[in-house]
Amino acid sequence: MPAPTKQTYVGQSLPRLEDRPLLTGQGRFAADISFPGQWTMRVVRSGVAHGRILSIDTRAALALPGVHAVWTGADVAHIPPIPFRLTGLKALEPYRQPVLARDIVRYVGEPVAVVFAQDQYVAEDAADLIDITIEPLPAQVRAIDAPGVYADDLSTEPSVIRKSFGDIEAAFRDAHAVVALELSVGRHSGVPMETRGAIGRYDEVRDILEMHGAAKVPHWNRDTIAQMLGRDRNSVQFFEGHVGGGFGIRGEIYPEDVLVCAAALKFRRPVKWIEDRREHLIAANHSRDQTHRIRAAIDAEGRILGIDNEFFHDNGAYMRTHAATVPDLAAAMLPGPYRVPAYRVAGHIRLTNKTPAGTYRAPGRYESTFVRERLLDAIAAKVGVDTVEIRRRNLIAKGAMPYTLGLETLGTHIVYDSGDYALLLDKTLAAAGWDDLQTQLQNRRAKGELVGAAVAMFVEKSGLGPFDTVRVEVTPDGIDVITGVASIGQGIETVIAQICADALGVRYDTIRVIHGQTDRIDRGMGAFASRVTVMCGEATRMAAGKLRDKALRHAAQLMQTGAEKLDIVDGEVVRIGGGPSMPLFELARALPDGLSAEDTFESTHMVYPYGVHVAAVKVDPATGAVAIERYVIGYDIGKAVNPRLVEGQIAGGLAQGVGGALLEEFLYDEAGEPLSVTFADYLMPTAREVPASTILITEDAPSPLNALGLKGAGEGGANPAGAALAAAIDDALQRPGAVTRLPVTPMRLKAMTSG
Amino acid sequence: MKPAAFVRHVPKTLDEALKVLSDVAPDDGRILAGGQSLVPIMAFRLAKPAHLVDINEVEGLQHIASDGTMLSIGARVRHAAFHKPVVDGPLGALLAYVARHIAHYPIRMRGTFCGSLAHADPSSEWCLVSATLGATMVVKSTRGERLIAAADFFEGIMSTVLAEDELLAEVKLPLLSADTKFGFYEFSRRAGDFAMASALVTYRLEGGQIVDARVGVGGAEPSPRRIAEAEAALNGQAPGEDIFRATAEAAAAAVEPLEDHQTTGEYRRDLVRAVVHRALENSV
Ligand SMILES: Cc1cc2nc3c(=O)[nH]c(=O)nc-3n(C[C@H](O)[C@H](O)[C@H](O)COP(=O)(O)OP(=O)(O)OC[C@H]3O[C@@H](n4cnc5c(N)ncnc54)[C@H](O)[C@@H]3O)c2cc1C
Repeated sequence: MPAPTKQTYVGQSLPRLEDRPLLTGQGRFAADISFPGQWTMRVVRSGVAHGRILSIDTRAALALPGVHAVWTGADVAHIPPIPFRLTGLKALEPYRQPVLARDIVRYVGEPVAVVFAQDQYVAEDAADLIDITIEPLPAQVRAIDAPGVYADDLSTEPSVIRKSFGDIEAAFRDAHAVVALELSVGRHSGVPMETRGAIGRYDEVRDILEMHGAAKVPHWNRDTIAQMLGRDRNSVQFFEGHVGGGFGIRGEIYPEDVLVCAAALKFRRPVKWIEDRREHLIAANHSRDQTHRIRAAIDAEGRILGIDNEFFHDNGAYMRTHAATVPDLAAAMLPGPYRVPAYRVAGHIRLTNKTPAGTYRAPGRYESTFVRERLLDAIAAKVGVDTVEIRRRNLIAKGAMPYTLGLETLGTHIVYDSGDYALLLDKTLAAAGWDDLQTQLQNRRAKGELVGAAVAMFVEKSGLGPFDTVRVEVTPDGIDVITGVASIGQGIETVIAQICADALGVRYDTIRVIHGQTDRIDRGMGAFASRVTVMCGEATRMAAGKLRDKALRHAAQLMQTGAEKLDIVDGEVVRIGGGPSMPLFELARALPDGLSAEDTFESTHMVYPYGVHVAAVKVDPATGAVAIERYVIGYDIGKAVNPRLVEGQIAGGLAQGVGGALLEEFLYDEAGEPLSVTFADYLMPTAREVPASTILITEDAPSPLNALGLKGAGEGGANPAGAALAAAIDDALQRPGAVTRLPVTPMRLKAMTSG
Repeated sequence: MKPAAFVRHVPKTLDEALKVLSDVAPDDGRILAGGQSLVPIMAFRLAKPAHLVDINEVEGLQHIASDGTMLSIGARVRHAAFHKPVVDGPLGALLAYVARHIAHYPIRMRGTFCGSLAHADPSSEWCLVSATLGATMVVKSTRGERLIAAADFFEGIMSTVLAEDELLAEVKLPLLSADTKFGFYEFSRRAGDFAMASALVTYRLEGGQIVDARVGVGGAEPSPRRIAEAEAALNGQAPGEDIFRATAEAAAAAVEPLEDHQTTGEYRRDLVRAVVHRALENSV
């Protein structure tokens, strides 16, 4: 019998293994989880942007039948504020958020009290009866205004992020010309289909506190909540179910997560909290709100000699788990794919009386790419060359890789591991039919249409370490891969299975990827920063390889042959060249300890995918509306484990990028009152507003930092969309530099066309 | 997002409905039709009616009927009923064209024509149609029946002359003669959103000249209405680009635009110019 030929899974667009329950309505999202006897928690939120709490009268609420308890700040005074997970500068610590406001409220939506009741209806009735008297204080609503007083001796500017390399003074002194711009990105954020939710439950018999509805970083959250509540980490366990979208904002520790856990412990009752949409839009992390004042020193050909950037990051009312992450990334990633001999940045972290901010898909990069690419366009206009040509002149050459930028972020040195930026630009322009497109646009403009096209380029980061551990086990039903990463719906069960399948020699649909369960694996880093496929993927490949070696070694003994004469194909240990075989699970059963292996992949450097977006738009001069006519994305991610899932990541990211560029904006009035609190005011793009896109995935620059050459793919669809659309609108108006602010609403655009 | 407690009444006959309504109206009772506006408002607790008189099972309110001069639309008729022309001639075509601009498909399956009129959102397409074509509201209560012309019905943003014990039992739209031309256009930031401005025009041609011009503008003012200045600009003229521009300009000059945090009056006026112009372009 000849040995069956081995199938390769990595690189194939295989169907998602996780889809069946989702498509058949069997998903288990946070709201689907209930326990007998559970209480409902309702949060009573501040209706005032900034003020002093004078009194909270809970008597009427407590008197309502079905109400079990009410907590205010005094009831949770022993719980410390929520600590930082990333980029936690010391100077930011006094600005951490308490789980319930004490004395002062700092944004509309801030939790002031919580009601525990028999069901959501009673809980909301009771919440309405809680009488909070707040003496209003002046609200700070703009981060570019002079800093004010946060508290006693604390300023609303806790810190300024400063980074630099090269001789910036010399660059400007020797410059042929200087280009200066002021640019802003509006406040918007990830708005997952599933709102947040958490169910706390205390198992008295085992003395285990459980939280269901975990997402993104279950292990860190478990450890942190254990610490906040003064419990041993092993007596707290987090369980992730299905997660209806993460985007950076979901799965961080928010006050509500701590409250359900504290309440479950205190009342010995399961406590369930499900966020409603109005709450979501004022309580979950906002993002992106930045204004940059940037200058470039250039030579006569438009080559960049130096970039000097000052920006103002509106972090809202508190520093949440991400601390300085977003402004730090904006500062560090701004140079992008271009040769910048000298760079200096000052990023002002500013607190305002708005919803606190955190990371959102391509955090800091959506903003800095917009700014940098606007700058490149302005340089092109200044020296009178085409916007594509100006990029070619400034791109980092392939030969310069790996390229040390001379900056740090997220505790790593930025070293672009590999890349051929010019090649991807060529390929993407070809895919867009750029030259023909230019001719068509010229003809249409000659007939009076406002049409235009543009390119934007970017470098992404992905695969943040420091480690991931994976255990692979042979079970009677197949293979279990147990990991401490999490699924936010991105397809990890499939992708990790594909990697494991190849490394081990089993069918990918016999593999079960178990994630987000703190009781199944002791540590894990979770899902963020486009890290899962890279870090967990490589750890999986290593662990599966180890398991394979182990299996072959044991099988060689049982099958009385040399391990090198054996292979594993479709879950069977086979003899190369044919002969009797043995299923892996039988081998496992024959061994006293079964068959499993664990390995850890450690990495101190991130890996850097890069991309090009091409947008073509038409502007309606009568209304200021923008129609996206063509959208082409080129993205090099080293190695696409499942190209269709990568396309899905990119297309979904693009929808969010388009939202931030044209539609989505959290607006506030002068008093700090949020104006975008429903889906009627906060405009998400729908299928009608998101363009069909052409997605070109390339593998020209595999990462040298892992065996498969992987780079992450989660954020390149969103990253430069604002930049590309802004430039395409400029081109349609034939007015370089017209767009200085996102989102480009029809009203703002109409004002530009009339002005 | 859970409504406050309420009692739901489900009358089966019109008399019964009017009776319950008159009983509960003083005690914050409200009619529930398609629920596509009322239920979200209740979920936000912006409205906390103590009683809902659900008219979805009341006999005799489902009709769409033409008597040769008027089209009657009962209080239970949903937006989706107009996806295809409900009557021959321009009116049926007009309603079908306009209906597709209302909200999204699932909402059109539930929301009612009369509910839209009673709700009186400034941007409601049906309010615009009623104001432009000169609809007659047939209003009933235990106190009797009254007929109200569209021009007298709308009082402002989400406000009408309906008393709290009154049911808008049906609306009557005049049929349009076979030679009537119509054009409609609305602008919203996303497909399915309430329009930021909308326009409906109808007219006939006699000897190549426009007669009986009606120009209605919605979404720009507290209530949709006909713009006399724009109609004057059209009547007696031959259709064409210059006259359409002049009409759009006249409409833009005549409106007193609403302002909100997203929209200045100036921009709304620009939109009125644009939608009137495009409605006219669509009419030929
Ligand atoms: C996302 C979304 C988008 C929408 N977009 C649009 C749009 O683009 N254009 C548009 O026109 N509408 C839009 N709507 C509203 C929708 O068309 C509603 O259906 C309509 O406004 C109200 O009709 P209803 O039958 O649902 O009324 P309900 O919601 O049941 O009632 C609305 C109000 O009218 C009263 N009422 C209802 N019927 C009567 C009656 N017969 N007599 C007296 N009072 C009555 C009720 O008491 C209540 O106060 C949208 C709604 C949603 C949720």
